[in-house]
Amino acid sequence: MPEPFVSTTSRVISIPRANIDTDQICPARFLKITDKANLADALFFDWRFTPDGARRVPPSFIDEPVNSGRQILLVGDNFGSGSSREHAPWALRAWGIRAIVSTSFADIFKGNSLKNALLPIVVTPERHAVLTALLGDNPDGEWTVDLEAQQVTLPDGSTFGFELDPFARTMILAGTDEVGYVLGQLPAIEAWEATHPARVDTREGVTAR
Amino acid sequence: MAEKPRTLLEKIWDDHFVASDPGAPAILAIDLHLVHEVTSPQAFTGLRSRGLKVRKPGQTVATADHSIPTLDPSLPILDELARKQLAQIEENCREFGIPFHGQGSPTRGIVHVIGPELGLTQPGMTIVCGDSHTATHGAFGALAFGIGTSEIEMVLATQTLLQRQPKTFRVQIDGRLQPGVGAKDIILALIARIGVGGGTGHVFEFTGDAIRALSMEERMTVCNMSIEGGARAGLIAPDETTFAYLAGRKFAPQGAAWDDAVARWRKLPTDAGATYDRTIVIDGDRLEPMVTYGTNPGMGLPISGRIPSPADLEPAAREDLERALAYMGLQPGASIAGQKLDVVFIGSCTNGRIEDMRAAASVLRGRHVAEGLRVLVVPGSQQVKKQAESEGLDSVFKAAGAEWRESGCSMCIAMNGDQLEPGEYGISTSNRNFQGRQGKGGRSFLASPLTAAASAVTGVITDPRTLVGAASQPSAVEAH
Ligand code: SF4
Repeated sequence: MPEPFVSTTSRVISIPRANIDTDQICPARFLKITDKANLADALFFDWRFTPDGARRVPPSFIDEPVNSGRQILLVGDNFGSGSSREHAPWALRAWGIRAIVSTSFADIFKGNSLKNALLPIVVTPERHAVLTALLGDNPDGEWTVDLEAQQVTLPDGSTFGFELDPFARTMILAGTDEVGYVLGQLPAIEAWEATHPARVDTREGVTAR
Repeated sequence: MAEKPRTLLEKIWDDHFVASDPGAPAILAIDLHLVHEVTSPQAFTGLRSRGLKVRKPGQTVATADHSIPTLDPSLPILDELARKQLAQIEENCREFGIPFHGQGSPTRGIVHVIGPELGLTQPGMTIVCGDSHTATHGAFGALAFGIGTSEIEMVLATQTLLQRQPKTFRVQIDGRLQPGVGAKDIILALIARIGVGGGTGHVFEFTGDAIRALSMEERMTVCNMSIEGGARAGLIAPDETTFAYLAGRKFAPQGAAWDDAVARWRKLPTDAGATYDRTIVIDGDRLEPMVTYGTNPGMGLPISGRIPSPADLEPAAREDLERALAYMGLQPGASIAGQKLDVVFIGSCTNGRIEDMRAAASVLRGRHVAEGLRVLVVPGSQQVKKQAESEGLDSVFKAAGAEWRESGCSMCIAMNGDQLEPGEYGISTSNRNFQGRQGKGGRSFLASPLTAAASAVTGVITDPRTLVGAASQPSAVEAH
């Protein structure tokens, strides 16, 4: 069951790349797990280690010692494209990331993130440029991401608002479970089913194992 | 009063809309849920911890494709984690009563290949799977899209999803494709044009003469890679081609039910006068075989083209291209044709169907793969494998020096041991050229089966039009 989440204050990790796909965030060979544990180590694995397993020099983004413990990412456009693997947000959350700021997110990744109380914060290209410059000037400043107020506070005290799906916001703030919410509407689902017979029965004549 | 004209997407949406609270997403009913071993285990764990059952096991179907070996199936699976994952899906299906087309089943295969070939995929349906290439099924005029594991749990538990209605994006491909140009080239050209985020928030509907002329297999290739253009789904309106493909398939309606279904399906195509949020028109006559040169599927160009120069781009895009070319070890300004290869992979849910096997075989018949090249041909399903073997295509591949495997995802995702080695170049009929996608440090060029097969013959990236129609004339190979 999800925990309620309201706000976080943290320093920021910048990864100034566009189109970071989920194969980069969590490479496919880490998808053989059958639980959600230990994915922090898989995060951006191939950026951090050479093909023969040595840690890259200089260390890649999240391996830089100063970035340890930071909870906010500032990344380039179209973050999370590619595979639907929820392992990507699981790995980000397991490492400690709570919010990601970009100009856009891939649809499935965005949905998966919201289900894991990982906030995809969309800003305009202009604001993104300002934030990138600000981070260049003040790489260790703390930002506050406030989901309740839908607002980010920067180290100089200035703020900007952000949009988030209102339903997802309510769910995350309260730590409400979506399956429980939908099961609460079972009568409506049953009513729909009564007038829409199943189009297939996958069990017909299937014996193969 | 005349009804408001609607698009295909809007009709399917309206038909599956169950309810919505103010401000909340719609509860959308799901007709068919496809399950595979990689993205589902945690969802079943979730069900168990809630004490829930699978609400509609008869609308759910599972297979094993991603981490399954494509070598001799009687050999033990050496990868401990893969073995555990494969054992777990079988166990989960048994416990929850879900039909499982597993190892040893003649109907096993890549989830997006078996759905259509079993006739489970039908026009007007909503279809989901924990896999982004679920878009494939849109070729039948079904709203089909990939979901995450939390959503898999939702569908298992409720047979519905919480969804907001996507926007519509019409992709009109006019004219007629030239010989040697195929469905893969259409979709690679579209993505090169609009970029990998170009369709975000939208569902593509592919229309136009060049689309109408495609077979079902080719339509699936086009819809499959909708996700690479950022769209969660792709749609093609059902027509006679669709009905002819489905007729007589195992799970397709039969008898009077078939006639009813066809009558219903005929009402699905977008009404005259309906509007789309966006439209792009592409001239199919002018398309060429396409190849990617970079590390996302949007970095593609016509095979006669040259690798672009970072110097010509804006700073942010410049760095992305520089990084991609550094990873790929390619020079700006060089021709893409003629680039050296180590491996050729023909398969995947994009191009692992029978027509793809036939296309590759048409090039390889009577020819031999270049020396030192490893060529892997992996059918998309056991049924594709059987069909290909009955047509003698396996002999064509083997005689040419290619490996002929059991079905599975294989080197598309490199989870089962089939992979590129660090630094190796592979031309692949799959859908993703992301860094490391086909093996740590591997470098992928995406292309059609014709282009991949032509390149297998020469050992370098090769325009299939230089070989097509010249089958059984080995001199045409030498001339290259
Ligand atoms: S063939 Fe590749 S893209 Fe298709 S389902 Fe398998 S891994 Fe995914």
